[in-house]
Amino acid sequence: MIGEDDVRYVAKLARLRLDPDEVARMAAELAKILAHIGKMSELDMTGVPPTAHVLDVVNVTRPDKPRPSLSRADALRNAPAVSDDCFRVPRMG
Amino acid sequence: MPALDPLRLTARVAKRLLVDGEISSAELTKVYLDQIAAVEGHVRAYIRVTYDNAAKYSTKVDREMQAMRGPLAGLPIAIKDNMVTEGVTTTCASRILHDYMPVYTATAVRQVWDDHVVMLGKTNLDEFAMGSSTENSSYQTTRNPWDLATVPGGSSGGSAAAVAAGEALWALGSDTGGSIRQPAALCGTVGMKPTYGAVSRYGLVAFASSLDQIGPLTRSVYDCALLLQHIVGYDPNDATSVALPEPVALPDAERLDGLRVGIPAEYLAVGIEPGVRARFDETIARVEELGGNCVEISLPHTEYALPAYYIIAPAEASANLARFDGVRYGYRCADPVDLLDMYERTRGEGFGPEVKRRIVIGTYALSAGYYDAYYGRAQKVRTLVRRDFERAFADVDLIASPTSPSVAFKAGSRTADPLSMYMCDICTIPVNLAGLPAISIPCGLSDGLPVGFQLIGPAFSENRILQAAHALEGAIGFAPAPTFCDSGADAACLGAHAGTEAQE
Repeated sequence: MIGEDDVRYVAKLARLRLDPDEVARMAAELAKILAHIGKMSELDMTGVPPTAHVLDVVNVTRPDKPRPSLSRADALRNAPAVSDDCFRVPRMG
Repeated sequence: MPALDPLRLTARVAKRLLVDGEISSAELTKVYLDQIAAVEGHVRAYIRVTYDNAAKYSTKVDREMQAMRGPLAGLPIAIKDNMVTEGVTTTCASRILHDYMPVYTATAVRQVWDDHVVMLGKTNLDEFAMGSSTENSSYQTTRNPWDLATVPGGSSGGSAAAVAAGEALWALGSDTGGSIRQPAALCGTVGMKPTYGAVSRYGLVAFASSLDQIGPLTRSVYDCALLLQHIVGYDPNDATSVALPEPVALPDAERLDGLRVGIPAEYLAVGIEPGVRARFDETIARVEELGGNCVEISLPHTEYALPAYYIIAPAEASANLARFDGVRYGYRCADPVDLLDMYERTRGEGFGPEVKRRIVIGTYALSAGYYDAYYGRAQKVRTLVRRDFERAFADVDLIASPTSPSVAFKAGSRTADPLSMYMCDICTIPVNLAGLPAISIPCGLSDGLPVGFQLIGPAFSENRILQAAHALEGAIGFAPAPTFCDSGADAACLGAHAGTEAQE
């Protein structure tokens, strides 16, 4: 059963700040949702292979040739902060 | 210029009027811009209407008709705001992409732009396409033109409402678990999810990459085929795109002779509203009248599809949405003390409640100790759901079901209970898990609100689906008549003829 500690732990993994109200609400909601999802455990899955993807295509590659890509200016166009033609971020904690 | 009713005009007819010189693209585009002016304040289907672009580009198409002649030239279209459009902001209805200005264009959009369609604007959606009512938009709640107190469905609710309200001739949407078909059903339009891989996902902001697919929302099955023709195809920029084995054909069938249609018992056991069930049964009777043979079939793992979906889709979403971190684009929180603080607050402030919920579910399902119990198990259920369909299609050509268990519901009535909202997609989700094509067509009304009829086919059977849907559509004779009334308010209706008044 998922509790508030689990929600806080998972939110940390996901780099997602939740306020205490959100943590409490989400723990309650997720408990209900996961109870429904738990229905899957009724099934005997012995010998059933997983499906990650429905298409019958594997290892799609393209020729390893240089080609034009996004310009530096375009890549930086939407950045919240830029310095010296690079993405600027706050210091590490 | 002939009188045009934006609530009823199809792309097929509009195209003929354009080609015959009876109307210009500028005149046609103005019909929709006028209808937007008349009803958008109530429907709120668009996040952004590109008035200037639409007026200028339609005039350009008229002026250069010789050079720009093409099968879609001059026909106005609305685009769901999760497909990137160079030079036009793309928000995914999320605060985190508030002012995002794409520097490239999604392949499917590029394809219709190259055919010289006129873009009317970008339509509203549930944030990052997560939802079934369009109420999860960070910007506005779109209302259903058949009853302004109800939702249009979702997540492509803006596209469906725009088409239903005569605010667009047709539209593009995306479907991860029913996000084209369910809003099409609730708004009384046609909506199709093609086979996974048939339409490039390049430039579709990823929600669940193994499930997402772009498709048309239109006023007729013929229009659906016409638009689909121009968005399918292999795209080197999408490693999961494939070429259709045969080109999409424009449907002309009037009969269903010899067509074997399976009706899955499990889909009718999930709390289908009586009014929806009645319209479904009548439509099945029409299938028989047209020469089709309907048989009951079983898709035994149906009840496990929803649980599997609510692991797989959030798991993929939690990975896809990791890119929104305040570094390269989008929202960044104010005054972060360090990098971690910036990541966490940017995402905490930038994402809405449903997106956060799914990120947490997905991260939980993928985390150490839970992976096998949830994600691994869900992938195996996915195999079982696929096998159900494979077995069924050994005996039948198509599968029929209601698209949604209910008609449009009141805004706010399901937002407090996420699970009740997830149940909206119980008849559509298995199709995405199996990567199959499916269409929803309107099959009548229940309590004055549209009911959708879903036809599902084997992979790459788009033409079979379109032919059958076209024949059925002719027999049903559904007449779109959104009232623009608000059953929850005393205010006067806008009137069924809001559209015709706007074009005098």
